[in-house]
Amino acid sequence: MSGDTPKIRLRGLSKAFGEKRVLDGVDLDIRAGHGMVILGGSGSGKSVTIKCILGLITPDAGTIEIDGQDILAMSRRDREALNDRIGMLFQNGALFDSLPVWENVCFKLLAQKRITRAKARDKAAEVLAQVGLAASVGDLAPSELSGGMQKRVGLARAIAAQPDIIFFDEPTTGLDPIMGAVIDGLIVDVVKRLGATAVSITHDMASARRIGDDAAMLHRGKIVWTGSAAVLGDTGNAMVDQFARGEREGPIQMELRR
Amino acid sequence: MRVSIGGAERLDLVLNPVAALGRAVLSACRTVGALALFALEGLSHLVRPPFYWRLFLRQLVEIAYFSLPVVSLTAIFTGMVLALQSYTGFARFNAEGAVANVVVLSITRELGPVIASLMVAGRIGASFAAEIGTMRVTDQIDALTTLSTNPMKYLVTPRLLAGVLAMPFLVLVADILGVMGGWLIGTTKLGFNSAGYLKATMDFLQVMDVVSGLVKAAVFGFVITLMGCWCGYNSRGGAQGVGAATTTAVVASSILILAFDYILTEMFFAR
Ligand SMILES: Nc1ncnc2c1ncn2[C@@H]1O[C@H](COP(=O)(O)OP(=O)(O)OP(=O)(O)O)[C@@H](O)[C@H]1O
Ligand SMILES: [Mg+2]
Repeated sequence: MSGDTPKIRLRGLSKAFGEKRVLDGVDLDIRAGHGMVILGGSGSGKSVTIKCILGLITPDAGTIEIDGQDILAMSRRDREALNDRIGMLFQNGALFDSLPVWENVCFKLLAQKRITRAKARDKAAEVLAQVGLAASVGDLAPSELSGGMQKRVGLARAIAAQPDIIFFDEPTTGLDPIMGAVIDGLIVDVVKRLGATAVSITHDMASARRIGDDAAMLHRGKIVWTGSAAVLGDTGNAMVDQFARGEREGPIQMELRR
Repeated sequence: MRVSIGGAERLDLVLNPVAALGRAVLSACRTVGALALFALEGLSHLVRPPFYWRLFLRQLVEIAYFSLPVVSLTAIFTGMVLALQSYTGFARFNAEGAVANVVVLSITRELGPVIASLMVAGRIGASFAAEIGTMRVTDQIDALTTLSTNPMKYLVTPRLLAGVLAMPFLVLVADILGVMGGWLIGTTKLGFNSAGYLKATMDFLQVMDVVSGLVKAAVFGFVITLMGCWCGYNSRGGAQGVGAATTTAVVASSILILAFDYILTEMFFAR
C-alpha cells in the first residue's frame, strides 16, 4: 500500500443503541503496517468502533474505508473476502467451547481450506508455542483453561491465519506482567514480520507505548486526540495525560462527576 | 402522533388503544417476517456450498439417537393409557373390539407425531436455544464471522436439516412402540388374544395414516429446530437473556406444533 492512503479511514462514524449515543462522529486514520492504540475510558465505545470496522455492528452514519474502499457499500462476497484477511482477538476471548483448543486455533485456516485437519494439530502447536503455551494445551477444551490462557489462545487464533489487519481488544488484560510483555513483543513482531496493521485497545500504558506507533483517544463518542504513542503521558493534552497517568483529578473526572 | 388542537387529548385517549393494537400487530408482523427471512436464509445455505457434514451428523445423532429413550418411554405409556381408556369407553357400547383400531389410528395419525415432537421440543429446542444463545452473548457468533465462516451456514443449516430428517425417524419408532404399548395392555390386562389384536391392528393400519404422521413429524422437526436456533441467535443480555430465549423456544415451538398439527390434519383428512 502507498504511504498516503491510510489502511483504515473512519469518517463521521456514529452509532447509538436506543437513546444511548455511543459513537458520535468518529474520525480516524490508521496507517498501513503500523500499530495503532485506541485509548478511552470503560464504556467509551472502543469495542463498538472495532466491531463496526469488522462489519459486526452496522453504524448509523459515517463511512469506513479499508484500502480506500468503502466497506459499507461492498457486496457481501467482497466483504467476506476482506474478512479473510482480517484477524480479531475478542475482549473475552470468544473461544468456541464446543471445540478443542487446537481446532479453535486453526479454525480460520481450516475454514479457508489452507490446511488439512491432519496437519492442523501441528500447526496449532506451532502457533500456541508463539503465545507461550505448550502443545498439550491443544487437546484441552477452552473451559479447562484459565482466563489468561484463554486470552492467549484467542490471540493464537487471531494471528494463525497471518492476517493483513489485526484487531486486539485488550490483548494483555488478565495476564501477568511478564506474559503481558511477551504478548506485546509478539504483537510488535506480527506487525514487523507480516507487515500487518495492528489496531489495539488497551488500558495499560506501558503496553500501549510498546505496541503502538500511533495512539488515539476516544472520549464521549469522538476522537479527542491522536498522536505518537511514545509521548503518552506527556502529550500536552490534559485529558490524554490524565488518562495515561491514571490521575484522579483532571478534565475527565470533572465531566464524569456531573 | 399528537394532534395539538383543543379536545385533542380526549381524541388521543380514544385513539390510543387503536394505536397500541396497531403497534402490537405491526411488531407481530415484523417478527413473523424476520423469522421467515431467517428460515429462508438457513435453507438457502443447503444449496450453497460448503455444507458442514460433520456438524450435521453430530446434530442428527443428538436429535435422533439421544431422544430415543424419552420418545420411546412416552410412546409406550401413551399407547398403554390409550388402550386402557378406550376399552373403558367402548365397553359401554359393547364395542371393546375397536380398541386395537383406535390405538393404531390415534397413534399413527396424532399422538405419535405430536407427543414425540413435544418431547423433542423440550430437549432439542431448549438445548439449541441455550447453546446458540450462549454463543451469541459471548461473541462466539461474531467470532465465526471474523474466522471466514458464515454463522447461519455453520450453526443453523445443519441443525434444520437434522431436525427435518430425525423427527420422522423418531415418530416411526414412536408409532411402533405406541402400538406395542396398546398391545401389551390389551393382551395382559384386557383379555385380548395376541394374534387377534395384531391382526386387527394390521387390518386398520393405513399407509396414509403413517405417511401423514411422518410428514407432520418433518414439519414439526423443522419448527422445533427453527425456533431453537432463532431464539438463541437473537438472544441478548447475558445469562438471563439466554434463559429467556430457552423458555421462548420451548413454549413457542410447542404451541406451533399444536397449531401446525391442526392445519396439517385439516389438509390431509378434511374432505
Ligand atoms: N450490543 C449492544 N447493545 C446495546 N448497547 C451496547 C451494545 N454494545 C455496546 N453497547 C454499549 O455501548 C457502550 C460502549 O461499549 P464498548 O463495549 O464499546 O465499551 P469499551 O470502550 O470497549 O469499554 P471497555 O474498556 O470496558 O471494554 C457501552 O455503554 C455499552 O453499554
Ligand atoms: Mg471493550
